[in-house]
Amino acid sequence: MRESIIMKIHYGTALGAVALVAVHILMRLSQNFSDSLSYKNVLVNYHLLPYALMLEVILVLLSVHGFNGLRVILLELKQGRSYERAINYGSIAAMAVLIAYGSRTILMAGMGVS
Amino acid sequence: MATVEVPKEEKDAHAASAPQQSEPKTITLRIARINPSEQHEPKFEEFKIPVQKWTTVLEAILFVKQNLDHSVAVRYSCRQASCGSCGMKINGKPRLACYTKISELDSPVITVEPMNNFPIIRDLAVDFKQMFATHKRMKPFVINEESEVKPGTKEFVQKPEDLEKFLQFSYCIKCGLCNSACPTMSTDKSFIGPQGLAQAYRYTADNRDKGKNERLKIVDESHGIWRCHFAGSCSYVCPKGVDPAMAIQLLRGYLLGFGK
Repeated sequence: MRESIIMKIHYGTALGAVALVAVHILMRLSQNFSDSLSYKNVLVNYHLLPYALMLEVILVLLSVHGFNGLRVILLELKQGRSYERAINYGSIAAMAVLIAYGSRTILMAGMGVS
Repeated sequence: MATVEVPKEEKDAHAASAPQQSEPKTITLRIARINPSEQHEPKFEEFKIPVQKWTTVLEAILFVKQNLDHSVAVRYSCRQASCGSCGMKINGKPRLACYTKISELDSPVITVEPMNNFPIIRDLAVDFKQMFATHKRMKPFVINEESEVKPGTKEFVQKPEDLEKFLQFSYCIKCGLCNSACPTMSTDKSFIGPQGLAQAYRYTADNRDKGKNERLKIVDESHGIWRCHFAGSCSYVCPKGVDPAMAIQLLRGYLLGFGK
């Protein structure tokens, strides 16, 4: 994939994440802040389908943005064909693992499995 | 023959207003001495140099070569900031030695070192091979099949506003100071660098040029234009007033779908 396409995704995910994380933080203000973080209320978030979907989107956006950022840092740190290949594929694999693990958490909490 | 006696007081006044020959000041010039085939770290040698207010750093180094130690390695040519040969780190900042007066540094000790981010040949001379290769890779010429002027045709007409888009970037003398100041280049040896990217923009922005897509493809690689963090130090050190940091942002605009 061309670097400009990757960077467009990078900037797009950053903007999307800022917007959705802002919504996520503002939701804490819908009630007393400490109450909103209580175990019961957190679970309620997962049971609400639109909110669970938003959390899933935040997870994807932050994973893509974060691991691409890490990839860029590591590419600037050291160069070499095999090293760069390892970093590129390693970042995609780590991103996929984190999204899978996070999605599993959202799904299980949504289904009431804790 | 009649003579006119100048009154004594007037004579004294004339003497006081006459331009006085300034006494040469002495500064300490610290020169980094390194031969990469024998050592990894440079050692500094100090020389006491008499300087006038117009003495440049290059003149001070040449004074050392002529009078104190002829083995100091330095590259220079035009002595008027046109050839881009005498780039070096002067008191920590990349500058042209021929374009930097000792008086403007305002320091009794002047330290000269080879530029960062370039392989050192010896002492103050660095290897420009990679920079020139990168410059060449950017296709630094107008790409246009119809550039040949034939009978019945005329040369391309360019309006002042068309020229304005790239003129400052054509002042680049390839001295390498921007690459030396670039923080990305210090860690990413494969990075194209501000010099190459500014030249890619210079020709891409030229309305006579048809090689935009070719150049954008070259700079749009993993060690290309996206690795610039916009520190702006390239523009800060350029002795010719070129703004490579701006060229990089404008070139990014093309890749993101803005611009021409």
